[in-house]
Amino acid sequence: MSIIDIDHTSRWFGNVVAVNDVTMRIGPGVTGLLGPNGAGKSTLINMMGGFLAPSTGSVTLDGAPIWRNEQVYTKIGVVPERESMYDFLTGREFVVANAELHGLDERAAQRALATVEMEYAQDRKIATYSKGMRQRVKMASALVHDPSVLLLDEPFNGMDPRQRMQLMDLLRRMGDEGRTVLFSSHILEEVEQLASHIEVIVAGRHAASGDYRKIRRLMTDRPHRYLVRSSDDRALAAALIADPSTAGIEVDRAEGALRIQAVDFGRFTELLPQVARSHGIRLLTVSPSDESLESVFSYLVAA
Amino acid sequence: MYNPTVARLTYRALLGRRRALILFALPALLVLIAVAVRALTGVDDKVAADLLGGFALATMVPLIGVIAGTGAIGPEIDDGSIVYLLSKPVKRPTIIMTKLIVAIAVTMVFSAVPTLIAGFILNGNGQQIAIAYTVAALVASIAYSALFLLLGTVSRHAVVFGLVYALVWESLFGSLVEGAKTLSVQQWALALAEKISGEDTVSSAVSLPTAGILLAVVTVAATAYAGQKLRRLTLAGEE
Repeated sequence: MSIIDIDHTSRWFGNVVAVNDVTMRIGPGVTGLLGPNGAGKSTLINMMGGFLAPSTGSVTLDGAPIWRNEQVYTKIGVVPERESMYDFLTGREFVVANAELHGLDERAAQRALATVEMEYAQDRKIATYSKGMRQRVKMASALVHDPSVLLLDEPFNGMDPRQRMQLMDLLRRMGDEGRTVLFSSHILEEVEQLASHIEVIVAGRHAASGDYRKIRRLMTDRPHRYLVRSSDDRALAAALIADPSTAGIEVDRAEGALRIQAVDFGRFTELLPQVARSHGIRLLTVSPSDESLESVFSYLVAA
Repeated sequence: MYNPTVARLTYRALLGRRRALILFALPALLVLIAVAVRALTGVDDKVAADLLGGFALATMVPLIGVIAGTGAIGPEIDDGSIVYLLSKPVKRPTIIMTKLIVAIAVTMVFSAVPTLIAGFILNGNGQQIAIAYTVAALVASIAYSALFLLLGTVSRHAVVFGLVYALVWESLFGSLVEGAKTLSVQQWALALAEKISGEDTVSSAVSLPTAGILLAVVTVAATAYAGQKLRRLTLAGEE
């Protein structure tokens, strides 16, 4: 059982603040670090992995500082985002080298390769591996010493759905075994499927923390904006505004469309087609106008 | 201070890359030239000393030093794969020392050994010329490896800077500006060769004690600094 404590930690690069006064505690189980690209997830993971010094604050593992402390690596396994590894080695040679660096022998490497189900390709050069195979060998190299903490930076990037599912199963198993597993992602669905606990980072700040239901609610309860075109915009507007799920409607004459602000996402999406049908109005366009991840996250920051 | 796994990975990285071709090509060229010169001019101590001093020690040793020294660590830092070494309970100075030992060994094998062979081909080690330049190449290998390994930890353009140092500073400035010779690995190594072979055939701009001290200081300082640099190496994300 290991706990990573991030305490009032900031990290800046020159004038750019990548992580801004973040305090969080990562314990056993699977935790998802969620945030848009460039939010500071990698910077945070790099600090937790001991590859980056915090500018202020502290990052500790079970009370011991992580930066400039090689001994923490007996407990931490790191799966970096970058692709490059020793491509001129075979998968087995690579994992064996990683085991040796931990003072272990080939048996540990074989065990790790079996865990990620890569034995069948272990004697091929890494240069010939697909993205998913590389990811699994990276996992094996991080697991050789049976670490209590596993840090993964964007592990699902570029994986196909099957590979993604396999890796999710593996990480879930690791979490169930009582390991502290932290992975970063910019995709909510990914995090939601896997992590019981979510930490949200936006623009370097700790925006939200909790289980995924809470985060999901925060994300769906925010006002949603839609652009709607219909055969009779004004009649539709009048019918919709009568329902409490709609907070405001603007007739955009230049666009020839309605701009609708809905507060109750679930109810509004059911209401709209019903209202249209009962009034004999044809819906021509229904498009969410702020569904980009950025807007979801910026709403979270304000919440 | 030595980790066999780090050493094995470094050897394979060094000898497995395309760059490694130069490691084989330069010594082959030296031996080829030696054979040709011997065939055309016969045994001539002056020619032997000129070729070993002008090509082997002045050009080949530093070039191989650049490839082995920067190649032992630079590419790993560049592509980020060094993270697999750094995320282990292995002391970072140990990683640097191991890589230095590998770089020195590779530089010695690919520069001193062919120098010795070429020397014997040229004049059968007359006036100890072959031995003198071989010892010089061995000593220079140590200093070059340490210097270029450090360069590999501080700059992404280590090879370019290394080449500029090896070719412009050592060869050009060294022969034009008198003072520059004092700060030249080549001259320090020559001081040793001069001691072995005698002043008639080999001459150095630096006295032996000075050369010895400078060699030791540069090697130790460069290695220590590279170790520190690796301890503070930060792998910033791609954000």
